[in-house]
Amino acid sequence: MADLETFRTETRAWLEANCPAEMREPVLGESDMCWGGRNPVFKNDAQKLWMERMAERGWTVPDWPKDYGGGGLSPAEAKVLKQEMARIGARNPLYSFGISMLGPALLKYGSEEQKKRFLPEIARGEIRWCQGYSEPNAGSDLAALQTKCEDMGDHWLVNGQKVWTSYADKADWIFCLVRTDFQAPKHKGISFLLFDMKTPGVSTRPILLISGYSPFCETFFDDVKVPKDQVVGEVNKGWDVAKYLLGHEREMISGMGLGGQSESLGKAFAEMLADDPVLRAEMALFDVDAMAFRAMSERFMDELKAGMAHPAQPSMMKYAGTELNKRRHELVMAAGGSDSLEWESERSRKGKAAREWLRTKANSIEGGTSEIQLGIVAKRILDLPGA
Amino acid sequence: MPLYLTEDQTMLRDTAREFMAAEGAIATQLRHWRDIGCKDGFGHGLWKQFAELGFTGILIPEADGGLGLGHVEAGIVLEEIGRNLTPSPFLVTAVAMVEALKGTPHAGRWFPGILAGETVAALALDEGRKHRPEDIEMRAERAGNGFRLTGAKQFVVQGASADLIVVAARAEEGVTLFAVEKAAKGLETEGVRLVDSSIGARMRFEGVEVDADAVIGEVGGGEAVLARVLNAGRAGAAAEMVGLGSAAMGMTVEYLKQRKQFGRLIGEFQALQHRSAHLYSELEIARAATVKAQQLLDEDAADAEAMVSVAKAKAGRAATLAVQEGVQMHGGIGMTDEYDIGLYMKRDRVLNELFGDAAYHADKLARMRGY
Repeated sequence: MADLETFRTETRAWLEANCPAEMREPVLGESDMCWGGRNPVFKNDAQKLWMERMAERGWTVPDWPKDYGGGGLSPAEAKVLKQEMARIGARNPLYSFGISMLGPALLKYGSEEQKKRFLPEIARGEIRWCQGYSEPNAGSDLAALQTKCEDMGDHWLVNGQKVWTSYADKADWIFCLVRTDFQAPKHKGISFLLFDMKTPGVSTRPILLISGYSPFCETFFDDVKVPKDQVVGEVNKGWDVAKYLLGHEREMISGMGLGGQSESLGKAFAEMLADDPVLRAEMALFDVDAMAFRAMSERFMDELKAGMAHPAQPSMMKYAGTELNKRRHELVMAAGGSDSLEWESERSRKGKAAREWLRTKANSIEGGTSEIQLGIVAKRILDLPGA
Repeated sequence: MPLYLTEDQTMLRDTAREFMAAEGAIATQLRHWRDIGCKDGFGHGLWKQFAELGFTGILIPEADGGLGLGHVEAGIVLEEIGRNLTPSPFLVTAVAMVEALKGTPHAGRWFPGILAGETVAALALDEGRKHRPEDIEMRAERAGNGFRLTGAKQFVVQGASADLIVVAARAEEGVTLFAVEKAAKGLETEGVRLVDSSIGARMRFEGVEVDADAVIGEVGGGEAVLARVLNAGRAGAAAEMVGLGSAAMGMTVEYLKQRKQFGRLIGEFQALQHRSAHLYSELEIARAATVKAQQLLDEDAADAEAMVSVAKAKAGRAATLAVQEGVQMHGGIGMTDEYDIGLYMKRDRVLNELFGDAAYHADKLARMRGY
């Protein structure tokens, strides 16, 4: 424990010295985050500096092994780092599907060669990944996916279409679920494939959403040739990798329920709530739920690191976190009144509140709908009979 | 401190779980005392057994002969009490009142009896139908060497069986807590059976005279003591509700796996599956909030009071959802006295009111946050 306190002292000093002031301000939505990639777009120098400094110590992925670009921290040390970052309001230096989704799957299912090849560049923010899961006819029923992957001897040949691919138009590589066996039961003919988005035959088309943004794309594969060594895990056993990764995706999305990280939503609207008792009451009950959920998140992370979490617990977290986040934004809109209806004005920062509110409606759809999560909890945790 | 139980705490939980299921069960405790019309509403024999296992000394310092453990440990026992609806003075006597007496000259007078499972202590705080500890009107006037207490209290849990009554009254200097013995002259106690078969009391203090050394803490310093007492009591009540809600959910989910209608187990119906899963989620969150609050209390952290309010409100709402869904999903038999689920609904109602309901605590949190 003495070592942990030393670690805390050193970490605190290092963060104080190295975290730029701009990176201690709250993140204003997804476009304000640092995503890395081959052609990274940094909002300012501070963002670049912060990512590089953290990556150098392996602290973009504090608990990954050092050999793969991580920080090699123990669960207790990683928690201290998180607490110390929270203490000064330090931003996450790098948001990345490579970190939150692919990385854990590679660590568990990847070959040594794949880990060495892909993980360090994820940790350094050099490659931006996207996730090719959903298809037009495989949404909630993901295992019904039809993207065809044929063994051509010296390469794979991929044909098909993905949809809701987050930032496919900005991503460098894709981790993708493909069907390698059309005869087998649907869960048993799927493989987990990695390939470069610059490969001939890959194209993307952004989808305009109700928020006015296009965070998702349709992604098309037309005779895409993929090297044979880019399958993760065994051929036709990709569903195991996919499910494992989904657990991590759900953890990530559940974290969004903590959006803004402020200790109280009502506090920000104190003045207007003074003469709006019903809204004040809703805010107060929201703050109760938000603080309780924060404790739940802490417990969940603790249990996860200690290997004590129920394997289906991410589903519960995803459900609760996203429903909470939707409620948060409903309240923000209500508190903003007609100000928050403005869509283009500079005053409203181009309709920030309204666009974010609309964005949150996807939280309980993406990564498995709330209804899918509830079904998983009912069957796998409560052991209710299957339909 | 990770938000899960340590090895020692897990052992305590196993002990408490086994003991409460065997000795504190609904059939032999709650129903038994209810059906014979017991005026205390709990069994003194069981209270002694609590003492033999060390439960009553969990929060009593080692120097005073207790175990010197914390709110997390007290919560572990309370969760098991909640599961079995075990009637006992544990929450008020061994948690809230121990917190009031700890470190004061009164400890020497009362801790031995609590450690032996012989003494019951009650808190006379609420004066109206709702918990409003900020608005105490009961008067404490200087008289001779001490004070004269005048006013009325209600919802005094185990007040009719208590040897010691800790009373909050307003002196010239401010709110002050007094240790009053049950035989005090001018004290009228009316035991009242509550909806859950526990016995509360309405108390009238008609110029009850107490010595100056009956004061707990400082004259006018009652709010600070009360804050500690209420933090302990609220976190404890939250833990009891988490246990109660979990048991209600457990028996409901089991019922869904047995009951057949339309030729299927009703647990196969998605409408019931999703509601059950939502309930599970709410109870998990309530448990995390409760343990977090207890840990913060044990660390004496600055924000503990806010988290305690969160825990009390969240656990209250989650447990209420559990008993409401429980009765509804049991259908007609859920309305019968023969089935236990309705008893959970009754106890939940009482625990929600005790030390402030969810509305009170949400409002309190908002005020603490400046709105």
